[in-house]
Amino acid sequence: MATTEITRSIDARGMACPGPLMALIGAIRTGQVGDVYEVLSSDEGSKTDIPAWVAKAQHELLEVVPEDGFARFVIRKVR
Amino acid sequence: MPDDTFSLILFSGTDDKLHAGAVMAVGAAAMGRPVNIFLQYWALDAFRDDRVHKDHGVAPEAGDDGARAVIDQQATTHWIELFEQAKDIGEVTINACAESMELLGITPEDLHPAVDGVWGVARFFMEAGDGATFI
Repeated sequence: MATTEITRSIDARGMACPGPLMALIGAIRTGQVGDVYEVLSSDEGSKTDIPAWVAKAQHELLEVVPEDGFARFVIRKVR
Repeated sequence: MPDDTFSLILFSGTDDKLHAGAVMAVGAAAMGRPVNIFLQYWALDAFRDDRVHKDHGVAPEAGDDGARAVIDQQATTHWIELFEQAKDIGEVTINACAESMELLGITPEDLHPAVDGVWGVARFFMEAGDGATFI
């Protein structure tokens, strides 16, 4: 179910830890409050790191969807 | 308020250990923790501006496959890039150990720009909070 419009999609598949998280942090820093980011990551570490960082940085994790060989994370920039 | 500074002493100068240290620094910085890095001996030597990108080898336990994996990893994302990313996203300082500088005959001008300055050991511990990690 994709009801949220994605502002920017980051395909970080193939990147090693902490690459996908760094790509997300970089994108969020330059974005606007309310923007929604999609990160595709095949890095196992992302499964724990992206939710941990999103909680710590006080953004909103909208979705984590396991796909074939990677996971899709949807994050809203809150502040 | 508790001091949540992550203090990291880098001693080893092989690419695998420098990379592992850099990953820890990036993670701590991403989670909002101040990071206090101190460079000694062979890690300091690896931060010489003209030597950063040379092959620094790997720990003895790596074996041939491990060594190849680290060479590929460095070609994709070098450890110096990770330290620069950590500094970019967080409150991260990298200082050289004065004693190691003298031992190895290194001057501040020899060091990569990611290195902020030269500290004595006591200065490092002034910022180290409750503990330090040694790699």
